[in-house]
Amino acid sequence: MERRYSPLLLTILCFGIAVLYIPIVTLIAYSFNASPLVNVWGGFSTMWYTQLIHNRQLLQAALLSLEVAVTASTVAVVLGTLAAIALVRFVKFRGRLLLAGMVNAPLVMPEIITGITQLLLFVSMLQMFAWPHRGFTTIVISHVVFCTAYATITIQSRLQSADRSLEEAAMDLGSGPARAFIEVTLPIIAPALLSSWLLNFTLSLDDLVISSFVSGPGASTLPMVIYSKVKLGVSPDINALASLIICGVGACVILAGYLMRRAEKQRELEMRSADHGPVG
Amino acid sequence: MTTKITGHPGRWLIILPPLLFLLVFFLIPFAFALKISFAEVAARVPPFTDILTHSPDHHLQLTLSPANYLYLFTDEVYGYAYLYSLRTAFFSTLICLALGYPMAYAIARASKSTQNILLLIIILPFWTSFLLRVYALEGIIRDNGLLNTVLLHLGLIHQPFQIMRTSLAVYLGIIYSYLPFMVLPLFATLEKLDHTLLEAAADLGSPPWRSFIDVTLPLSLPGVIAGSMLVFIPAVGEFVIPSLLGGPDNLMIGRVLWDEFFGNHDWPVASAVAIAFLLLLAVPIAVYQYYNVKQQET
Repeated sequence: MERRYSPLLLTILCFGIAVLYIPIVTLIAYSFNASPLVNVWGGFSTMWYTQLIHNRQLLQAALLSLEVAVTASTVAVVLGTLAAIALVRFVKFRGRLLLAGMVNAPLVMPEIITGITQLLLFVSMLQMFAWPHRGFTTIVISHVVFCTAYATITIQSRLQSADRSLEEAAMDLGSGPARAFIEVTLPIIAPALLSSWLLNFTLSLDDLVISSFVSGPGASTLPMVIYSKVKLGVSPDINALASLIICGVGACVILAGYLMRRAEKQRELEMRSADHGPVG
Repeated sequence: MTTKITGHPGRWLIILPPLLFLLVFFLIPFAFALKISFAEVAARVPPFTDILTHSPDHHLQLTLSPANYLYLFTDEVYGYAYLYSLRTAFFSTLICLALGYPMAYAIARASKSTQNILLLIIILPFWTSFLLRVYALEGIIRDNGLLNTVLLHLGLIHQPFQIMRTSLAVYLGIIYSYLPFMVLPLFATLEKLDHTLLEAAADLGSPPWRSFIDVTLPLSLPGVIAGSMLVFIPAVGEFVIPSLLGGPDNLMIGRVLWDEFFGNHDWPVASAVAIAFLLLLAVPIAVYQYYNVKQQET
């Protein structure tokens, strides 16, 4: 279905994509600049990358961020799957509207409000129950909240389009609803689980505002360290770090997308051959 | 089929974990913010007074102090910041729409394989770090950044053109960061558009621009609203962009809130600012929720 393209439309599309990519490409190019001055090209060098390895503060922050991201996205995918099942499969229950609202609200709530309200909760909880102390635990909890929202939306749309007749067939053949779900539907929604885990991972790794509010003394995540360095001015080692993160995440996303598409095609092929295969 | 599962008490094992978690850690915090916004600042840990106290004759006493809210009206910084944030977010949303609509339209009209590649190109920046992208933009618009260097070399300007620490930098930052949020929902509605309707309009003698206004635009309205809300609401509360790219005059409410909290340590006033801010956003958030829930139901 080839349609005629107006040159204006094409120009705007190219302009928009250029706007999105020029800053990133420039940043990566300058991370190999031997000169510490931003507007002078001093030749190709990887010195800023080697300097990163010796920066203990950055390494420690990176480690904390990775731990938070892995924990938060894993918990959030579990909660998000449960919420998605509840919203898609259970048509009527008390609190359905409440759940639907609480799943959608964190997506649009300005981070600064979520951050401040969660900090006030943690402080009041600490007074009442002597738990949780501000640091790793509170950062993970607050990340799980917004990650659950993203996970639920992703898994929900996948679950809606999943074919229920297969699950029903399994139940007709005598498996219980839980077993039918785990053996039939779970493999179908597995790509959505993976992609929501990845999305949660990158969102958690990137969060600055909420972490800054709910974190305690001594617990600085990578974005918090980057922000305080950037606030003071440009530093070439941040260019190197930023390039590493952007390229790493980009490569993971492209690879995951490719693998998921392949798995999808495989599954479609199997389904089709099962449909048309010889009977009996 | 569904009736079989409805009514089963076991389903609460599925519903309750996410419901309770979000209730405790997302909704209830707003009640605490509301409570503390009526307290007074105090030199202790945590730094505010209790609104519930025991009076000498052992009665619980509730002292609500509206002083923090009144303070928002007396100090003009807050009013200024609210208006500046709304205005900045509004015009940024318009520009994102003007740029994002043709992009989404072009992608929707591409062949299926081109579409996938273009979508990946649009989504990829969304996956990479927001903070780092703002930092990358700074490298372009700094006084000695790429843009000024290129313009100086071309002889179009004779001295660096200052963008950093101005409103223009804040606008560019928001548009650059939030453009994918506009394109994706627009694409989702434009992709579903029934092309036979456009063909019918053309057969009936409607010129392309007329068909666009009469058919395409009204049918893509849900995408326009979703995209606009996804840009507008977070942009009003934006902190990173005005803080890194803007100057001291570009006081957005997110920045004021941050300074009140980390600079002045006035938690009650910060809570009042947050509650007032939330009330201000209640209408756009409700609109977004309404369209979102409605779209999920169908």
